[in-house]
Formats: sequence, C-alpha cells, structure tokens
Amino acid sequence: MTTATATPVAAERGRLTLAETLVDSRIMAARQLRKTLRRPMYVEFALIQPVIFVLLFRYVFGGAIDTGSVDYVDFLLPGIIVQSAVFGALVTGLGLTEDMKTGVVDRFRSLPIARSAVLIGRTAADMVMNVVTLTVIVIVGVLIGFRPSEPVYDLVLAFVLVLAFSYVFSWISAFVGLSVKNPETAQSVGFIWVFPLVFASSAYVPTDSMPGAVQAFAEINPVTLAVDSARALTIGEGDVLAPALGTLAWLVGLLIVFVPLAVRAFRRA
Amino acid sequence: MTTTPAILAERVRHTFADVVALDGLDLEVDAGTVFGLLGPNGAGKTTLVRVLATLLRPTAGRARVLGHDVVAEPLAVRRRIGLAGQFAAVDEELTGRENVEMVGRLYRLSRAEARARAGALLDRFGLADAADRRVSTYSGGMRRRLDLGATLVGRPPVILLDEPTTGLDPRTRRELWGAVDELRRGGTTVLLTTQYLEEADRLAQRIAVLDHGRIVAHGTAAQLKATVGNEVLAVRVADTEGVHDAAAALADLSSRDEPFVDPASGEIRLAVADSSASAEAVRRLDARRVPVAAVELQQPSLDDVFLTLTGRRAEDEPAAENDEREAA
Repeated sequence: MTTATATPVAAERGRLTLAETLVDSRIMAARQLRKTLRRPMYVEFALIQPVIFVLLFRYVFGGAIDTGSVDYVDFLLPGIIVQSAVFGALVTGLGLTEDMKTGVVDRFRSLPIARSAVLIGRTAADMVMNVVTLTVIVIVGVLIGFRPSEPVYDLVLAFVLVLAFSYVFSWISAFVGLSVKNPETAQSVGFIWVFPLVFASSAYVPTDSMPGAVQAFAEINPVTLAVDSARALTIGEGDVLAPALGTLAWLVGLLIVFVPLAVRAFRRA
Repeated sequence: MTTTPAILAERVRHTFADVVALDGLDLEVDAGTVFGLLGPNGAGKTTLVRVLATLLRPTAGRARVLGHDVVAEPLAVRRRIGLAGQFAAVDEELTGRENVEMVGRLYRLSRAEARARAGALLDRFGLADAADRRVSTYSGGMRRRLDLGATLVGRPPVILLDEPTTGLDPRTRRELWGAVDELRRGGTTVLLTTQYLEEADRLAQRIAVLDHGRIVAHGTAAQLKATVGNEVLAVRVADTEGVHDAAAALADLSSRDEPFVDPASGEIRLAVADSSASAEAVRRLDARRVPVAAVELQQPSLDDVFLTLTGRRAEDEPAAENDEREAA
C-alpha cells in the first residue's frame, strides 16, 4: 500500500500558482466569448442598443440640449461611449446569475481551479465584447458627424480609459449579480445602481444645467469624470488632467473594493 | 495498516438560519465502493453532497475526502472529486465536445489528453453523433449523460452523484446505472443520493437511510430490506369503511409490525415473508366478504423502509433543501 492511501495522508500544495490561475482564466474567457458570440441576444444588446442611444440623443433629444459652442454630436459621443461601457458591464453580473441557476457555478466551484479565474475570465471576455461595442459606436458616430479634433494618441488614450472603466464596472456588476443570485433581480438591481450614475452625469447634458444637489452628485460621479476625460482627449473640450486623475482614482479604489468582494461572493455563491 | 476511507464524515452539522439540514451526521465510505444515500426530499442529502464537494462549510463537525479535510484543504479535495448535481451543469451554447473538453482542461489535463478523454466519454455515453452539436439541441437525457461525462473527464477517484436519475427516462436511467457499475469496477468510489430503494439496491454495496439530517439506518440493501420483510403486500379494499376490519384480519400475516393502513385510499400495506401470503390474504378477505379492489406483491420501497424505521411515511419535507441555495 502506498502512503497516499494510508492514514494520515501527506499534505499537498494548497494554493494554485499564478501561471495556473492564468491558464484557468484563459479557458474561462474563451468559454465566455464563445457563449456570447453564439447568443444573438447578447450581440444585439452589445451592438444595436448603443447605436439606438446614439441616434436617439443625436436626432431626438439633441436639438433641445444647449452645449454652447460645441456641436452636440461631438459633445454626445464621448458620453455615449462611457454609457455603453457601463451598460456593457451589466452583462457580467447577469451572466453569472444565469450560470448559478444552471449549476455551472457549482461545477466550477467543485473543480481544482482558482476561484478568481472564473471572474477574471468572465470580466476579460466581457471587456473584449466592449471593444467591439465601442468600435461600432465610434464608427456610427463618425457617420453621423462626430469629428474628433485631437491627435491619434489622445484618441487611443481615451479608448483605453473607457475600456478600463468598463472593466472595473464589470467587477461591480459581478459582485451585485453574485449577491442577488437570480437573473431577474440582477437586472432590476443593475438598473437601480447604474441609471443614476449614467444619467446624473455629464454624459448627455452639461452638469451646470442641473439643480444644486444633483449637480454636486454629478460632479463627483465617476461617470462624469470619465466622460470629461474622454471629451478632453477627443474634442479638446476642457481640462484633461483633473478628470483623468479623478477617474483613475475612482477605478483603483473601486477595484480594490470590488475584486475581493466579488471573489468572496463567488466563494459563497 | 488502516486504509483511509474515501469519505469520512464525523458529527457533521449544517444549519440554514433555523433549519437544521444536517444534524451530527456520521458516515464512512470505503474506497472503491458505491455508497447509496437514501432519503426523501429535505432529508439533507444535497446538503451533505455540497459539504463534501467543498461548496458549503459545515457549521460543525468535519468531513474528509481520501483523508483531506473539506475545510482545511479544499483544493486537495477538489482534485479528487467529480460532482454531478441534480441538474445538468452544461453550457447550452457550447457543443457537447466543447463542454467536456473544457472541464477536462480545468482538471489540468493537457489539450490532447482532454480531447482524447472527451471523445472516449462522448462515445461511451452514446453522444458521439451529437458531440459537435450545441447542447441547446440536446434532450434532457442527453444533457444528463453529457453532465456525467464532464464529471468523469478528469478521472477523479471519488464521484458524488446527487439524485443522478431523477427525471430520467427508463433507458437513460439504465445507461446511467451501467456507467456507475463500470466506475466501481474501475476502482472509483461513488457516493450517490437517491429517493429510490430499488436504485440504491441495484447500485450500492452499502446504503444509509437519511432522515432529518441524521443516518437512521445503514447496512447492505439485504439488511435494510430484512428490517421491512422480503416483500410488501399491498391490498386495497373497495369499501374504505371496512379497511380497519380488513387490516385486523390480515395482521398476523405481517412478518414485522402492524399493517400500515391508509383510510382515505383503503390501502393496507404489510411486510410479508413470502408470496404465499398474497393468496392467503385474498382467501381471508373473501371469507369475510370484503370486496377487494387490488392485491399486489411489491418490492419494499423507501416508503416501507421509512415506515418501519421512523413510523411515518417518507413524505417530502421541502423546508430545508429547497431553501438552502438561497440560504447558503
């Protein structure tokens, strides 16, 4: 008889290496991308809905919004891009609740993989989808008259900043989804925390048109800071350093809080 | 030298809010055997499986899989188990092959090994033709077989099957039974939960009966059945008014306890030593001019074992187990 089957058994390595965690995360990301691309509903959600928002604000509400010397389409596009990044992040939490419902999360939790890998893979796959969404919005934007004035490296910087924003919000969304556990609740709760952030911001209208309390909220709102950064980097509207640093501070802070929270919620799911 | 049991649970307790799902449960499963955990809904079967699969931490007590503690060494436990829950945990949008291969990769098989293993398992479970179709086109039975394939792909030495045949058609059920037999022959330890004595009898060398989070009986299927009687005689009288008189007339045919009487349906159930009791029962009721609607000799069911062990029927107690996912 070998020692492995005799009492007591030898203790073994109880933690996974970083390399193993990355391999697991990659497998999880590949799974998620396949799933997403094969679901017409998600593709619609990722592509058609943001385009509708662009057209709605450009051609329905836009005429009534005063953005001073800036064309509304130029004002709008950075806002819509950040809004889409945040809405795109909602998919993360929704998808996780579905996986919990089908028992897939139980299977993953019973496998010898890093528990963070499921979430790292999921958020990475959702970020890839967001790259597609944002690209489509930019193209539609250009078609309807969006004319960025800043150099290419600034435009790239804006794109990266918005992607980072969507990635961090995916983790918040993951935490919310894993905490509420069912898809319907996740959807309604999702809109409850996302709507005020998106609409009480500078995404569609200048914040100085808002009443005092709302304006105060809007000005510290990370969505406003991200939109203002994106605006400065694309159309040269306003100062870039202050909102960009504010955005980064928010993102780092949110990551520090929500990554551990989401992983903990996954452990207990 | 003592051999480490494949599964060892000592005084395991688990409570959800004020519901006690496991109440100081002790269990030992020898390596290389199939162990049947028999009990009605809400008895605590799923909770025990979830504790052993490291999905739930026990409130008290401890559990080990091949000597590794589920709380202190969860990764070591996960390397050694395969879990198939009550529902097929497979991805609809992926093909059968993609599903199994992915789980194989997560068990750290090489790409080539995962592919070979997945192909072999899909073959074995009759899914070769459907392997490259999306799971969304699969029937319920196919999904369960695929799920079992995913459970086995990493060759874990201990398999946990939570009500593997609930809701399956008879053919798929037989296939699954065949797969469990094959696993045992290959030296794999299997813990399976079921509500059917017949299933536990067919598959398991040892059976434990679970009630209110405790083991109320354990032994071989033969030993358990012996507590009930070899067979159960079920008599239904046409006129429910006379059911108690009829039961009294049959009482001494029972090899164990008093006959069980259901006044509402007119059913009388009694454990009998052999099939001659059936003819004798008809003769006696005939002599008393009691009209009989049906007489049937049956294999003892979980219900009968339950009646004998606990004095009540194995009725569903939905409180604990159905709420536990929310509570956990």
